[in-house]
Amino acid sequence: MEVPILKQGEYLIASIQSALTDADLLQLRDVLVEHVGRYRSRGVIVDVTALDVMDSFATRTLRDIAHMIRLRGAETVIVGIQPEVAFSMVQLGLTLEEVVTRLDFEEGIAYLNSKKAGSSTKLGSAIPRRTK
Amino acid sequence: MAAASSFASAEATLIATAISELARNIVLYAKTGEIILKIVENANRHGIKIVAGDDGPGIADLEQAMQLGYSTSGSLGLGLPGVKRLMDEFEIVSAPGKGTRVTVLKWRT
Repeated sequence: MEVPILKQGEYLIASIQSALTDADLLQLRDVLVEHVGRYRSRGVIVDVTALDVMDSFATRTLRDIAHMIRLRGAETVIVGIQPEVAFSMVQLGLTLEEVVTRLDFEEGIAYLNSKKAGSSTKLGSAIPRRTK
Repeated sequence: MAAASSFASAEATLIATAISELARNIVLYAKTGEIILKIVENANRHGIKIVAGDDGPGIADLEQAMQLGYSTSGSLGLGLPGVKRLMDEFEIVSAPGKGTRVTVLKWRT
C-alpha cells in the first residue's frame, strides 16, 4: 500500500497506514527524497504509529530515509514507535542510530519547529561582530 | 495467529517480528522455503512453534552464524541471534548443501 504524503507548510508528513511491503518502503524512500526538493521542505515527519512490526529491513530503510533527507538539507523525525515495537527492536539489536525519534506527531512537529527557531537564531548570532 | 491464540499484543509483535526475520533469511540465502506455524500445548502451558526450513546452501559454521553482527550477505547481520533473543526456545539444524531448519518456540506468559 502506498503511503500518503501530505505537504504542510515547510514540512512533509508521511503517515504510514498499514503494514508495508519492502517495495512500499523503498518507494516511500524515493518519493520523500524527491519531494523534499520539489517542495523545498525543511522537515519530514514519518509517522509509524500504525506499524506493529518493524523488522531489520524496515529499520534500515527508515534510517536510510533520514540520512538521505539530511543530505538533501532537511530534517527527519520518526514518530509513533509503539512500545511493543520498541521492545522487539531492542531484542533484535536494531537501532536507528542518530535518527531523531519523538513520541507522537505533536512532539515531532514541536521538534521541527524548535529546529527552525534554533537555526534562525544561530544564523543571526553567527554574524561576526568585530569591535575595535 | 499469535493474537488468535490469546497472546498479549506485545508477544504477538515479538512473534511476528521473529517470523519476518526468519522469512527474510530464507529469501536472502535460499530463495525459497517454508514456514510452518503450530500451536503447541502441554500440561500447564501453551505456545506457538515456528519451523522455518529451506533447501538452500546451508550454514557451514553455525557458531559463527549465531554471533551478533555476523552475516555473509553483507547487509542484515542481526537475524539469527536476534530471533533467538525474541523467542523462548531456539534450535537450528544446518549443514552445507543440506539446507537450514530453524525451530523456535514462544510460550504464552
